[in-house]
Amino acid sequence: MQQQQFGKRPWSFYFLATFFTLFVLFLYGPMFAIYVLSFQGPSGGLTFPMNGFSFDWFVALFGQQRTGDIRGSFGRSISLALMVLALTVIISVMAGVAFRRRFVGSTFVFYMAIASLIMPGLLISLGAPIMFQKLLGMNTNWYTTALGAQLTWTLPFGLLIMFAVFNRFNRAYEEAAYDLSATTRQTYQYVVLPILLPGIIGVALFGFTLSYDEFPRTLYTVGPRNTLPLEIWNMTTNVTSPALYALGTVTTAVSFVVITLALGSIALIQRRRLKHNLDGESAGASQIALAEADR
Amino acid sequence: MQSRFSRLAPYLQVAPLALVLLVFFGIPLLVVGAVSFFEYDEFDIYPAFTFANYLDLWSQTTLNLYWQTITYAVIVWAITLVIGFTVAYFLVFHVRNILWQMALFLLCTVPFWTSNIIRMISWIPVLGRNGIINQSLVGLGIIDQPLEFLLFSDVAVVIAYVHLFTLFMIVPIFNSMARIDRSLIEAAVDGGASSWRVIWEVVVPLSKTGIALGSIFVLTLVMGDFFVVKIMSGGQSGSVVSALYNEIAVLQYPPAAASAVVLLIIVTMMVAGILRIVDVRKELAG
Repeated sequence: MQQQQFGKRPWSFYFLATFFTLFVLFLYGPMFAIYVLSFQGPSGGLTFPMNGFSFDWFVALFGQQRTGDIRGSFGRSISLALMVLALTVIISVMAGVAFRRRFVGSTFVFYMAIASLIMPGLLISLGAPIMFQKLLGMNTNWYTTALGAQLTWTLPFGLLIMFAVFNRFNRAYEEAAYDLSATTRQTYQYVVLPILLPGIIGVALFGFTLSYDEFPRTLYTVGPRNTLPLEIWNMTTNVTSPALYALGTVTTAVSFVVITLALGSIALIQRRRLKHNLDGESAGASQIALAEADR
Repeated sequence: MQSRFSRLAPYLQVAPLALVLLVFFGIPLLVVGAVSFFEYDEFDIYPAFTFANYLDLWSQTTLNLYWQTITYAVIVWAITLVIGFTVAYFLVFHVRNILWQMALFLLCTVPFWTSNIIRMISWIPVLGRNGIINQSLVGLGIIDQPLEFLLFSDVAVVIAYVHLFTLFMIVPIFNSMARIDRSLIEAAVDGGASSWRVIWEVVVPLSKTGIALGSIFVLTLVMGDFFVVKIMSGGQSGSVVSALYNEIAVLQYPPAAASAVVLLIIVTMMVAGILRIVDVRKELAG
């Protein structure tokens, strides 16, 4: 099978490469169709052909109220996603550090996180309003109950990423810092966390995008004012114009900006590290020197 | 003092996570369990201990719903497994340049970070009566009439599921495969094994944690879905959770809760069955 002669590839390579290309087309093709269709002319419909080209459907989205409160829900979704991002990063990193040691109940917390990850979203959404609204007489709101419900989805991802990140972490850097008599706090601040930064950015990416696009867990926990995915959901049943596609294009564009920022900064950090290493200095060692200077 | 703090440290560090999961996941779930025994009428729910909600589930309609949901889950699982394994295998064993490997892997995972609803909707202009596929087929003269079964049908539901969830199969299988020691494969080849035998007897067994994880994700995602089946079937098919959605819409919490509990038991049994075959925790927590 693996005839590792360079230049000559087995027939299976071409077969699999074709399969892969078709899969990528399947993955992206339909999405591109709606991005293109969102620029339909004013008289255009939900399918091809294009009847001219215009930005009318984008204007319709943000201009009038007839498609719902897009502007408000967009703002709420962004604010909520930023809150989820911050909390997911802080809580996951702390929990990741905790799981480096044995503690009573670690298995329970781990399995609760996994159960929360695979729990059908609507069931989480179902329990919270019964508990908070019916039994405790509290109001559901996007920045309270929906925030909590979304965290039950983003935190397990954050925790698993932190596990992966700590698995690959070379403890020698940490021990070196302790040997140089850095305190625990200094060791984490100047050595461990900077080394883990790419992984932490990954956690942030998951926190933001999963919250920004979250639908089933938010559905019954959101209270009186909707987030963007809920507006989109309402539109799928009410709106039969390309405005729906325009909203899809806008929301995907936001996701792509966030993905690019996150992946770009990870790549930048890795490249800087590579340069450091080539200079004969490892990133960790220079951080330890910094920790020394700080003392 | 220092040592007492350091003994307490893990508990303090894990406390926020445990608290959020308890308040917004654990306890609400117990509440759902309790409410499933409540009585209800058109106006409100009343604390009680009745099995009526569970007994009501035992009807032909509900059994059909469960059957339909499990059928979707198994079909989608089989398709995503084949695609996921093939794509991961290609990326790990056929793409030699590590940068290309990462780039192509990212290409597969980027849609995960975009909206599921939008990705689902994007099939409408492709599969619709006047959609891309029908227009092309009619234009080429292959068919006279547009195919009606493409959109708002079981076919559309399965296509949308595969589109949304294959990622969850690719990523864990890719991770497992990437860790396979290449010398094992060389040894198998040197021992005279054919390509198929290497895949079947070396690659598959060594990727089984990834396959198990991917299977858990895909099965639970399909079993828990309601919006894909609602939109893409055009209301012609249902699933357990889409029926639940309808019950919640009319505030019938107790029967919805009973249905949720039964679904959870089935899903837990599926996951436990997979975990019995493969120890996933070792893989995740290292």
